[in-house]
Amino acid sequence: MAEQTVKTKKAPLFHIVGRGRGQLPAYLAWGIRVGAFLLALLLNAAFVYLVVQVDPLTFYQTMLKGAFGEGYLWATVKGAAKLLCIAVALAPAFKMRFWNIGAEGQVLVGGIAAAIIMFYCTNLPPVVIILLMAVCSIIAGGLWGLLPAVFKAKMDANETLFTLMMNYIAMNLVNYFYYLWRGPKTALGKINQTTHRGWLSSLWEERDANGFLVQQEESLFTNSDFWFVAIIIVITVLMFFYLKYTKQGYEIAVVGESRNTARYAGISVNKVMLRTMIISGAVCGLCGFLVVSSQSNTISTSMAGGYGFTAIIVAWLSKFNTFTMAGVSVLIVALEKGAAQMANQYGSIGFSPAAADVMIGIMLLLIVGSEFFIHYKVAFRKKTKEVAAV
Amino acid sequence: MKRFLSLFLACLMVVAVALTMASCENEEPTGDGAGLPYGFEGTKELAAQGAVNGVAPTVTGDVSKIKIGAILIGDASEGYTKAHIDGITQAAAQLGIQESQIVWKYSTPENEEVTTRGEQLIADGCNVVITNSYGHQTYTLELAGKHPEVQFIAMTGDMAATSGLSNLSNAFTKVYESRYVAGVVAGMKLKELIDGGKLTDANYDGENVKIGYVGAFNFAEVMSGYTAFYLGVKSIVNNVVMDVHFTDSWYDFDKEKAAAASLVESGCVIISQHADSAGAPTAVEEAFNAGKTVYCVGYNVSMLDVAPNSALTSATNVWSAYYSYAFATAINGGKIATNWSAGYKEGAVKITELGSACAEGTQAKVDEVIAKLKSGELNVFDTSKFTVDGKTITWAYATDSDGDFAYDKNNVVADGYFHESYVQSAPAFNLKIDGIRWLNK
Repeated sequence: MAEQTVKTKKAPLFHIVGRGRGQLPAYLAWGIRVGAFLLALLLNAAFVYLVVQVDPLTFYQTMLKGAFGEGYLWATVKGAAKLLCIAVALAPAFKMRFWNIGAEGQVLVGGIAAAIIMFYCTNLPPVVIILLMAVCSIIAGGLWGLLPAVFKAKMDANETLFTLMMNYIAMNLVNYFYYLWRGPKTALGKINQTTHRGWLSSLWEERDANGFLVQQEESLFTNSDFWFVAIIIVITVLMFFYLKYTKQGYEIAVVGESRNTARYAGISVNKVMLRTMIISGAVCGLCGFLVVSSQSNTISTSMAGGYGFTAIIVAWLSKFNTFTMAGVSVLIVALEKGAAQMANQYGSIGFSPAAADVMIGIMLLLIVGSEFFIHYKVAFRKKTKEVAAV
Repeated sequence: MKRFLSLFLACLMVVAVALTMASCENEEPTGDGAGLPYGFEGTKELAAQGAVNGVAPTVTGDVSKIKIGAILIGDASEGYTKAHIDGITQAAAQLGIQESQIVWKYSTPENEEVTTRGEQLIADGCNVVITNSYGHQTYTLELAGKHPEVQFIAMTGDMAATSGLSNLSNAFTKVYESRYVAGVVAGMKLKELIDGGKLTDANYDGENVKIGYVGAFNFAEVMSGYTAFYLGVKSIVNNVVMDVHFTDSWYDFDKEKAAAASLVESGCVIISQHADSAGAPTAVEEAFNAGKTVYCVGYNVSMLDVAPNSALTSATNVWSAYYSYAFATAINGGKIATNWSAGYKEGAVKITELGSACAEGTQAKVDEVIAKLKSGELNVFDTSKFTVDGKTITWAYATDSDGDFAYDKNNVVADGYFHESYVQSAPAFNLKIDGIRWLNK
């Protein structure tokens, strides 16, 4: 009996302790991150070898080719730009501790707004259509973001659930227009395929008297993908300065740190919340416009491609620093593309897309997991203490 | 905050006004085939330009020069894509094309990913690029415009002819021929059941025996298929009516199973399908084992695995017939036909192994019908064999020239039959003939 009491008093084998602020030097933090990444690569190599008996060297080569190979690099850059754009949109909301899980839906409604203009307003000049599409997308995304914020401000509705549910409404709105416009065909496909109205490329395309496209010399400035990436880089830089050097950015930071402090300092928390969610949704909406006008030229529920959710991880891993987000986005998309290349190259011998998803899962688990060990440490039971307890 | 909101509302109003003033309208596309006559002679001319029902030519070129890229909607775990993968690999093996000369892109969604993967394939050196889903087509078309040196094939598509691009092709088999033959198999069984007195009043609607069909969508592709099947049955048993239940999905096991079960419940004796799962045969087999008189005819693959007692046969495509034609043509430096469509004559369609439930003499009848289809003596859509609103049709358009989903050009009724897959390889027959009823549209 006495012994048992002693046993229960005994400290556990290990326990988790927060490191507190700035306890871990930067080089150690990065050491943990790089270590986790390398471990993930090793685990994946082992996994791949188990599944299809591809040796690690070939595996890494395939991953590299899929992510950065000739002809493959642009896909990674485009994907990373899209992910970055959404993560950047989330940054102000998250910094404010407003959990906007609705980026996916905000991108979708932005896309729908752009597509509606594209579908119904084909008589306007190309520049006007594009501008109108952009404006409407921004408004649609902004409104989609504003709505949960209004409910949060007025009746303290849980924004996590609210924004999450708004995603599903947006998805079904997309489906509604998709089926409306598809008509009795198997798929909708690109909108305005013959006229290219509402396509970003319509801004510089030339047509001959019969309406056929004139072949143009290829340059960066007549490349939709280039503009897609360039505009997103501009947004990223603007957001960085907005958050770091403007009064509004400062207000966001204060509200995020402590609402009471913000109130005490005379900041209207509700006003900041509404304004920030309009901005967050608007940037998502703009992303929807960019995707529709320069990439897909149509709508589908795969428009945001799940990046609305992946961006949450990106924003967190980057501590809401927009430039770090760029790096993390590239990393995650490169992993995705590398894994997809594995599935394509070894699909015929049994490496299915599901196996590629397992690879990405292993990677993300270790990368996100490494952050845990940066913020917490594992304290093992000390011998001396044990003796003392007995 | 007020200032901000008012600014926001002002923006909203400006846009609203702009929208109203813009008098938004849908512009009609122009410049496709304008000026061609609308009658059959014109159609014939048009068909002769594009549609080639070719078989693989003898290879004279260098086989090592071809590199094939395949952008697929699914992977080998899904029946539709598996049939294409098999077709491509069989054709490649037949022509001596190495495995390393084929680059696969599995599970490709119907969005800009098609463009991205197409560019990757071209960077990898592919000179023949295939996309196997209808929804890939618009992206394939853009790629074809940008890369005139590469031949693109949009399987089951319909835009190659109107695109004006010489390096874009569409292909579709005349699967309606095999559906007709599958209908003959079902008709033989039905006749045996009627002669043997196996049917009850519940199986009749007035004078007519009831059969059922589980269809994916009410599009031409499905309508063409079920009409062919119905006419096949009708060629053996004249007093037959068919109910069609749509599922609004190409693949939905539960919906297909439920649709088939309700058709069986209403007294249908034969259930066929144009949807990709084994849902319908599963329901039929369950009903059969519970003592119902009901049999099924499948699609794509033999259903004998899931319905050993009640499956009669399945209508299916032989994609290798097309792929060997396309690859051999490309190797020889030729141009792949803009619209390719072929049936029994070219070995592009077939029915799967006959089930043990089939009536006596079925094989002989099947062989006879196939021979007639090959020789051209028999045409599936013979206008003397069906009516629309009680009348025999004398003309029917098969081209939608203005994008409103209604056919408005190119008559394909001549010489006593509807020329299916004539101006475009994708099916065009979308008439609602007498004797077939839609249950849920």
